[in-house]
Amino acid sequence: MPNSQLKQAFESGKFVVTAEAGPLKGTDITELEEVAKALKGKVNAVNVTDQQSSVMRLGSLAVSHLLKDWGVEPIYQVTCRDRNRIALQSDLLSAAVLGIENVMSLTGDLPSAGDHPQAKPVYDLDSVSLLSVISGLNAGKDMMGNELKGKTDFFAGAVVNPGADTEASYELQILKMEKKIAAGARFFQTQAVYDPVSFAKFMKRVEQFKVPVLAGVIPLKSAGMAKFMNKNVAGVCVPQTMIDRISKAEDKTKTGIEMCAELIQSLKPLCQGVHIMAIGWEKKVPQIIEAAGI
Amino acid sequence: MIVGERKTFEQIWDSIKDLKSVLILGCGTCVAVCQAGGEKEVGLLASELRMKSQLAGKDIKIGEATIERQCDREFFDSIKDKAREYDAILSMACGAGVQYTAEVLEPIRAIPALNTRFIGVTEQEGNWAERCRACGNCVLADYGGICPMTICAKSLVNGPCGGSKNGKCEAGQDKDCAWVLIYNRLKKQNRLGDLHKVLAVKDYSKQTHPGRYINEVYLKPKMEEKSA
Repeated sequence: MPNSQLKQAFESGKFVVTAEAGPLKGTDITELEEVAKALKGKVNAVNVTDQQSSVMRLGSLAVSHLLKDWGVEPIYQVTCRDRNRIALQSDLLSAAVLGIENVMSLTGDLPSAGDHPQAKPVYDLDSVSLLSVISGLNAGKDMMGNELKGKTDFFAGAVVNPGADTEASYELQILKMEKKIAAGARFFQTQAVYDPVSFAKFMKRVEQFKVPVLAGVIPLKSAGMAKFMNKNVAGVCVPQTMIDRISKAEDKTKTGIEMCAELIQSLKPLCQGVHIMAIGWEKKVPQIIEAAGI
Repeated sequence: MIVGERKTFEQIWDSIKDLKSVLILGCGTCVAVCQAGGEKEVGLLASELRMKSQLAGKDIKIGEATIERQCDREFFDSIKDKAREYDAILSMACGAGVQYTAEVLEPIRAIPALNTRFIGVTEQEGNWAERCRACGNCVLADYGGICPMTICAKSLVNGPCGGSKNGKCEAGQDKDCAWVLIYNRLKKQNRLGDLHKVLAVKDYSKQTHPGRYINEVYLKPKMEEKSA
């Protein structure tokens, strides 16, 4: 059975680094292979997104398998948006026989956000019940309790948004995190963090759960990008000082990498690792890691 | 109530323009309350269609009638004879009413004048909002009387997604996040602890189509009558 290197990295107590690879629309995998080459040996694992932003793309199962072929350990992202419980369980069994070790359970964006807004939103399961299904498959049973001939051995993860903006949202994020842990989440990746002070408060609150948390970071490429995220992305709050700095920078790429590295350094004492969501800068992830000294 | 929304005039005209006669049939219950298909709306649509028919140089006979409910067979008795004088019925009921009209008045065609939207409430005059998806397995007791199946755009029953912003939904800032509503309601009821207890898995088996509900209490005497 597969053995998750990511799991071993957490057990060893090392500062874990994960990155992200987003499959594109179409069958051309040149870019993905280049990203895999750039990330190989530099990160512990790479998330393969499941049709992010509800835009129809090449699937995360096939790309997770390709990453393995290219020597990169994948974190196979599975959303509940497009498939019912029968398809999800079947895909998970398929992932297991393809040697995929890590699974990330997500609810998934609404289809209305993507390029097929007329699609039927499924959400038969949700990120919590999907985790309990994964735990069941690991124990050799499907979600109806039927015996499997050959079981899975997934290392399952989940996400949490530490920047929820109201008391209700914040408390609900923590509640859902607890439910995810109870259902089988063994590690968490967070929404993009820009403020280490509020993130420290969040970590203080959740340290009792004793589950590793990877702080999400997104390198800033421009002030416009920061303003867009502040306006549109739930839980993301880029401080004005950072917006000013990237705005004034002559070499925005260099400054963006520097700022991301500094952010990682300030987050490092607070959590068990970082999840770098480079959004087009995947090949620059090694530079960020080097600059951060992790 | 079942909330309906009238189709555009162009759509309605397009669906009847080649007919010689049409009876506009209103429904006096849900769609009358939501001002889409009651007696008043029948009158309005009839005037519009007569005007259009004249302008288009056609001579379509437009009749009007409204019955209490198009989802109950007995109410059709009063218009059965009248209906036979027309090529088609332009039903202003919900989808159930249109189908029952077609069934009860067969072989007369039934054409829908409304789009059936949802089961909902009147939030204010002219503003109706969905409250129930008829899932067949009511969970409202667990969620402070706020339905996560209906009010959450993703029908999430184990907590919110990460898309809630300022208490609003990822689907749009005009929609409340169901889970923020649930949290605030349960907090007022000192029942926040209840949120911890469930790991809910939805049961869609009751949502297979077409649904049927039989109440034996009412059914049995009828069967006895028949056998006697």
